[in-house]
Amino acid sequence: MTLDETDYEILRQLQRDATQTASKLSRKMDIGQPAVWRRIKRLQDAGIIAGRELILDAEKVGFGVTVFLGIKLAAKGRVSLEDFERTVGAIPEVQTVEHVLGLYDYRLRVVARDLADFERVLRRRIMGLPGVGNVEANVLLSEERLSGPI
Amino acid sequence: MLDDASRAILRHLQGDPTLTVPEIAQITGLSTGKVARRIDRMTEDGVIKGQRAVLDWAALGFTVQVSLRVTLDKTQARAFDDFMVAARSVAEVIELQTFLGRVDVRLSLVARDLQHYQQVYRDQILTLPHIADIEALMTVAAVKSDRVLPL
Repeated sequence: MTLDETDYEILRQLQRDATQTASKLSRKMDIGQPAVWRRIKRLQDAGIIAGRELILDAEKVGFGVTVFLGIKLAAKGRVSLEDFERTVGAIPEVQTVEHVLGLYDYRLRVVARDLADFERVLRRRIMGLPGVGNVEANVLLSEERLSGPI
Repeated sequence: MLDDASRAILRHLQGDPTLTVPEIAQITGLSTGKVARRIDRMTEDGVIKGQRAVLDWAALGFTVQVSLRVTLDKTQARAFDDFMVAARSVAEVIELQTFLGRVDVRLSLVARDLQHYQQVYRDQILTLPHIADIEALMTVAAVKSDRVLPL
């Protein structure tokens, strides 16, 4: 599917604020409302717009700490990756799990109420997972999302 | 802090941000007036900051996703500021995070293919200011990526 500059502008707009209606975008971008609607539909059907995400202030809802964990599995070959992924994915505090290539095998984004709560999650939930070897933790200080190459 | 009603509303909205006020009222058993007032208040208070469209970069032709973990030269007073400003201007960067720990900054980068990645890495990443060390993790698969908070 080939996209033109209008499609990219729609994507950038919706990345910033997905609640914008076709009529609002049509006024902003000075093109017809049916055209905007058709383009959004096409981008959704192609799977380019994969969904919507609610943006919450994590701190204001009680999650003061976000930590990224790099996890190296101890005994590869003997540990089932599927088992590890299933168990780690079921931990509510674990927001994202990525299988990566490099210094670590998995990268996890973990939220907790505070550092004491994080320690509880780390010790009781993460360290006890099958096959977990070396774990590196980095506490998130700030985060920015950018619109990317579009 | 949130009470049970607000927490229930946020839980459902996180699962599906397109839910309407009457739909949320029906699921939670709260009145539509109460749901609407709560959402308005949480938006005013900055608890709800908005909604963003989630793009599938692979569907857009960017099949390579790399996480670059950067350690900065902290003997330079302006290392963080200079680096962040320059990193923001690299089009292929989709996420910028700063940390307390062994890693100072992490960039999420997308590229069309490995050749494109190599070109961006050489021409635009290695030329960023005040880098002391850099490590790359290539994402093989996103096992879980909903980013939902366990409210």
